[in-house]
Amino acid sequence: MRYFTRKVGFYVLALWGAVTLNFFLPRFIPGNPVEVLLARMTESGNPPPGEYKVLSSVLGIGGGNLLDQYWHYLRQLSRLNLGVSITEFPTPVTHILAQTLPWTIVLVGTATVIAFLIGTTLGALAGWRRSRFLNNLLPVTTFLTATPYFWLALVFLYIFGVVLHYLPLNGGYDPTLDIGWSSSFIVSALQHSVLPGATIVLAQLGGWMLSMRNMTLTTLSEDYVWAAEAKGIRPRRVLLGYAARNAILPSVTGFAISLGFVVSGSIIMEIVFSYPGIGYTLLQAVQNDDYALMQGIFLVICLVVLGANFLVDMLYGFIDPRTRQAR
Amino acid sequence: MTTTAIAPAAGATEPRPGRGLSARLHGAAGALRRSPRMLVGLIILLFFVLLAVFGPLFIHNPNALGTEVLGRPSAKYWLGTTQEGQNVLYQVIAATGPTLEVGFVAGGISTVLSLLIGVGGAFIGGISDEALNLFTNVILVIPVMPLVIVISAYVQAKSLLPTIIIIAFTGWAGTARVLRALALSMRSRDYILAARVSGERPWRIVVVELLPNMTAFIVSGFIFTVIFAILTQAGLAFLGLGNTNLLSWGNMLYWAQADQALTSGAWWWFAPPGLCIALLGTGLSLVNFGLDEVLNPRLRSVRPVGGRTKARRQAAGSP
Repeated sequence: MRYFTRKVGFYVLALWGAVTLNFFLPRFIPGNPVEVLLARMTESGNPPPGEYKVLSSVLGIGGGNLLDQYWHYLRQLSRLNLGVSITEFPTPVTHILAQTLPWTIVLVGTATVIAFLIGTTLGALAGWRRSRFLNNLLPVTTFLTATPYFWLALVFLYIFGVVLHYLPLNGGYDPTLDIGWSSSFIVSALQHSVLPGATIVLAQLGGWMLSMRNMTLTTLSEDYVWAAEAKGIRPRRVLLGYAARNAILPSVTGFAISLGFVVSGSIIMEIVFSYPGIGYTLLQAVQNDDYALMQGIFLVICLVVLGANFLVDMLYGFIDPRTRQAR
Repeated sequence: MTTTAIAPAAGATEPRPGRGLSARLHGAAGALRRSPRMLVGLIILLFFVLLAVFGPLFIHNPNALGTEVLGRPSAKYWLGTTQEGQNVLYQVIAATGPTLEVGFVAGGISTVLSLLIGVGGAFIGGISDEALNLFTNVILVIPVMPLVIVISAYVQAKSLLPTIIIIAFTGWAGTARVLRALALSMRSRDYILAARVSGERPWRIVVVELLPNMTAFIVSGFIFTVIFAILTQAGLAFLGLGNTNLLSWGNMLYWAQADQALTSGAWWWFAPPGLCIALLGTGLSLVNFGLDEVLNPRLRSVRPVGGRTKARRQAAGSP
């Protein structure tokens, strides 16, 4: 139980850190961002009454001293009021987030799980067999890992979209269709997700594969593996039941760091495909000086990443009983 | 003592501790022989450094507009031309320097930060270590890219410096965690205890006893951050954040994307900068793998069929 309370405590603290960081970010803006925002809003229509107050609270730069501002900011947050967006004036920021977030979560989530499964399996095999083929694959996967996601996306788009015309060039679905659970829409969404998904999988594969290979190699020379082999247990069982089970643990703990990388890569990758997710929206917010939307997106990405890591940590406590007993 | 961290499993060729420069070079050469990956990585790295230093001497103005628009690679333009008729090859070469600069400067600052926070915390111990470690872990789970994008959008950088600083201050956490764990385990080793007992001042213990033995890990962390910095800068430049007239590989990709290089089929425009980023990143990763292999002999691939005796000899040499 100690493990779980520690973890919950940590993530609550991390969340508070993210929220507070978000509070301080707008202080980098030269001048008064609220004025800038309101001026831009009046260009596209009349901002809702009281928007000045909301905006200054949301951006954490209203009246009063720092503590007052912080308090107002937290109060607006707790009411889920993140202000209105300029990009899609006058839609509330929360509304835009609710629309775009599912696209990213489904795409990045599925691709990450697939990459993890394939990469770990290949890595375990590469470590187990020390096979020439799989180990020769390592430089290739290294190259892919060092490749920026968005460039890989550009290349895929060029080959499969522009030259071969196999797959759609951009977007997340055929815009002539209505969003819903109809089969034609799902097929269209799947087609549009093949290239972005493949980009994420390929770019991640190498990292998972390498760490699993290295851990398998390290675990294989442990005494208990030798003992298992000496007892004459079948190699398959030694690999799955003795070596891989333990070798996979660092990959699970490494999830936090890699998820940060994946999200970072994916949000730029989305822009190449004009995928209707949160990364594409972030670029639009940046281009339109839409500070409220930018803040909202940063916050929600933090929230999702922290949430995913929390789940993985819980899972880790479940699969590795040692963590539950530790200190 | 100083070389042990770099070549702990050097077997017969291992130089004795503290034998000065020639012994150290000898150890490094042995490490290279044992890890072809590291050799390849260093060659790639050297190539780009030379390109950055001497390349600009051989080219003309990379931004000069030409008459040949979107020209395919030819004898005159080895890598073709852009939408404005600029020479892609010149741009790639001219962009090498700034890209390396961001990588190495940001990586350097970042490594110093992780040393201060990771090793410093581990050595002070107690509540400040707990606090610093907590801080590191929090920073580690906060996704960097959105943070960097939002800050860059606010700061609106005119030069590379703000980008470097932003990257340096967001990229230190991973290395800090590794170095802290290492320093914690080293803190209670006998020779450190001996130094304490003999009354050496704390800063001297850290600088003279602790850090030299962590060299390989510090270098590895530095390389990791350099890769991170180069990729992040490329991403930012590709988004058009910061000054869009500052030439870098990411910036070339920004213009290629903005000017529809993709749909007009100008692969020679967007392929080279990305390849350079990936190749440089591969080179750096290979150096890191090499370090890993030298530090952990279990990781060395056994030479496949045909190299049996060599493999056995190697197996005999490692624990």
